[in-house]
Amino acid sequence: MQTINFLKPNRDNIKNYSIIGSFLVLISLIDVISNAFLKTNLTSFLPGSLSSLFPLILGLIGLNMMRIDYSGNKTLDKLNKNINTNNFNAVLTLLILFSIIKALPPSLNWMILDANISGDTKDACTGTGACWTYIKVWFRRFMYGMYPNEFHWRINTAFILVIALGFVGYFMKENLKKYLALYYVIIYPVIAYLVIYYLISGGSFGLQWVETGAWGGLSLTFIVSFFCLIFCFPLGMIFALGRRSNLPAIKYISICYIEFWRGVPLITVLFMSSVMFPMFLPEDFFMDKLVRVIIAITLFEAAYCAEVIRGGLQSLPRGQYDAAKSLGMGYWKMHIFVILPQALKLVIPGIANTFLALVKDTPLIFVVGLAELAGMLALAKTNPKWLGFAMEGYIFASIIFWIICYAMSKYSYNLEAKYKTER
Amino acid sequence: MSDPIIKIQNMNKWFGDFQVLKNINLEVEANKKIVVCGPSGSGKSTLIRCINRLEEHQEGDIIVDGNELSEKTKDIEKIRAEVGMVFQQFNLFPHLSILDNCTLAPIWVKKMPKKEAQELALDQLKKVQIDDQANKFPGQLSGGQQQRCAIARALCMQPKIMLFDEPTSALDPEMIKEVLDAMVSLAKGGMTMIVVTHEMGFAKEVADEVIFMDEGMIIEKADTKEFFANPKSDRTKLFLSQIL
Repeated sequence: MQTINFLKPNRDNIKNYSIIGSFLVLISLIDVISNAFLKTNLTSFLPGSLSSLFPLILGLIGLNMMRIDYSGNKTLDKLNKNINTNNFNAVLTLLILFSIIKALPPSLNWMILDANISGDTKDACTGTGACWTYIKVWFRRFMYGMYPNEFHWRINTAFILVIALGFVGYFMKENLKKYLALYYVIIYPVIAYLVIYYLISGGSFGLQWVETGAWGGLSLTFIVSFFCLIFCFPLGMIFALGRRSNLPAIKYISICYIEFWRGVPLITVLFMSSVMFPMFLPEDFFMDKLVRVIIAITLFEAAYCAEVIRGGLQSLPRGQYDAAKSLGMGYWKMHIFVILPQALKLVIPGIANTFLALVKDTPLIFVVGLAELAGMLALAKTNPKWLGFAMEGYIFASIIFWIICYAMSKYSYNLEAKYKTER
Repeated sequence: MSDPIIKIQNMNKWFGDFQVLKNINLEVEANKKIVVCGPSGSGKSTLIRCINRLEEHQEGDIIVDGNELSEKTKDIEKIRAEVGMVFQQFNLFPHLSILDNCTLAPIWVKKMPKKEAQELALDQLKKVQIDDQANKFPGQLSGGQQQRCAIARALCMQPKIMLFDEPTSALDPEMIKEVLDAMVSLAKGGMTMIVVTHEMGFAKEVADEVIFMDEGMIIEKADTKEFFANPKSDRTKLFLSQIL
C-alpha cells in the first residue's frame, strides 16, 4: 500500500485520498452537530481551546486531501472549484457550515419545538418559544384588515376574478393576439378596477358599502401593488420615449417629470397626496384616499421605470433604428415592432427590480393611515391584550413578503428565458 | 435620355464644424448601377445615407424620384419605402425570424395582407437562396446568410432604388462571394443600384459608372472601363494602385 501524505494529495491515489478526506470532514461535521444538537462535546478529552478548534482543523485537513485537480469525479471537481479552491476558502466553507449548524437548534426550538399555537388568548403562550397563537388569532386581520368578517368572501371572489381575467391573454385566439397589449394596458385595468370597486367597496347590487379606510392587511398590499404595477409600466414607457424624443417640449417635460419624482422621497409624496392635495381640489370634488395613494405611488414608480426602460433603449445599436427607418417605418411603427420588443426584453431584470421595490414600498402607506400587512402588524402589536409578540408578527410578514417577491423574481427569470431567442 | 431618378445638386453636409460632404453633384438615371469607392472617412457612406435621409444635409438639393428631401418633406417614410438599403452590419431584427424580418415592413408599412407578404418574402428569399432558413432567427445564421436575408428584406418592399453600404466589409472572404452573387443577379434584373464597396471585381462586372471620393468630394466620375483603364486624377491612380 502506498503511503498517504495528509498534506500533499497525490493524483495517483485519488480514491484513497478522497475517501479519507471526506471521512475527516464527516467526523468534523458530526462533532459540531453533536455539540449543537445533543450538547455533548465528543472531544472533551482534549484541552479546552484545542477542543473547540478540533473540528475546524480536522475539516481543513480533510478538504486539503480532497483538493485534487481534474480528479475525473464530477462532484468532487465541482466541489473543489466552488468551495475548496484554497485553504482560505476551505476555512470559510467550514466556518459557514459550522455556524449554520450551530444556529439551527436555537432557531428550531424557538420557531417549532417550544412554540405554541393552541388556544385563543395570550395565556396559551407559556413556553419559551414563539407564540403562533398570536398569528392565528390575528390572521384574518392580517389578511383583510378591518374589513367586516362576514364580507371576506367578497375580497376573495374579487381576487379570483381579477387573477382569472389576467390569464385571458393565454387563451386568446391567434387573430386576437394583436389586441393583447391593448387588453393588458387599458381594458384589463378598467375591468379589474370595476370588479374591485363593485365587489370590495360594494354599495350596489345589494352589497353593503365598506369604506376604503376599513380595507387592510395583505389584501390591501395586493390591491395597491397590483394597480401601481400595471399603471406605472406603460406610463414609464411613455416617459422613457419622451425623454429620447427630438421634440424639445416633450423631451424637457419628460426630463422634468422624471427628475422631479426621482428627487422626492416616497413618504413625502404620500403625505402630500393625502394631506395637501385635497386642499387644492374644489370642495365638491371627492377622491378616495386609497385612489390618491395609488396614483401617487404610480407616478412615483413610473419615473424609475422610465429610466430603466431608457437604459434598454440606449443599449440598442443605432443600426436597428437605421434599418427600421430605411424600410419606411415611422416613429411609432419603428418603436412598436422593432425597438421596444428588443429594449423591453433587455430590461426585464431592471423592471423586476423596480417592481420588487414597489411591492416592498407599499407598507409606507401606513403614514397616511392605510394599514396593509405591515401596518396591521404595527397596530396589532400595540393592542394591550397582545403586547410583546412583535417578533412573531414581523417574522410572519417577512415570510409572506419573501414568498411574494420570490415568486415575482422567479417569474421574471422565466420571462427572460422565454424571450431568449437569439444573440 | 430619361429624367434622373436621383439628382443631387451642390449638396454640403457638416457634422458639427467638420464638413463631411463638399459640393456634391450627382445624377443617377433609372436602371443604372453606380459604384462608389474611396478611402475610409471620405464620406461615401454619408452620401448614400443622405439619399434616404438617414442623415440630413444642410445645403443643396437632393431629389429622389421627383421628391425633394428637406425638413419640409412630410412623407419621408413613403420615399424611404421606395429606397431599399443594405447595411454593413446587416441590421436584421434579432427578435424576429428571417421570414418575419422580411414580412414586417410590407405588412405594416405597405398594408399588404399577411399571406401575400409571406409569399413575396419566400419568393425573395428563394432568389438569394435562403428560403430553407426562413423560420430561423438571425443569430442562428452565418454572416453571409444574414446579409443575403437583409437584401431580401429590402427587396420585399419592392423598391425602385437599392443602396448598399459596404455590404461585404463585415464578412469572411468565403462569404463575400455568395453576397456578391446575389447582388450581381439583382443588377442583371435591372434594379437601380448605388453600391459603396471596395470589391473592384464587382465594380468591373456590373457597374455602369464608378465614382471615386476623397475628403468629402467627388474626385472622379467615369464610365467603368474608362475609370479602370484610364484614371484621370493622381489621387485615383494612387488609390487604384493600392487596391488592385
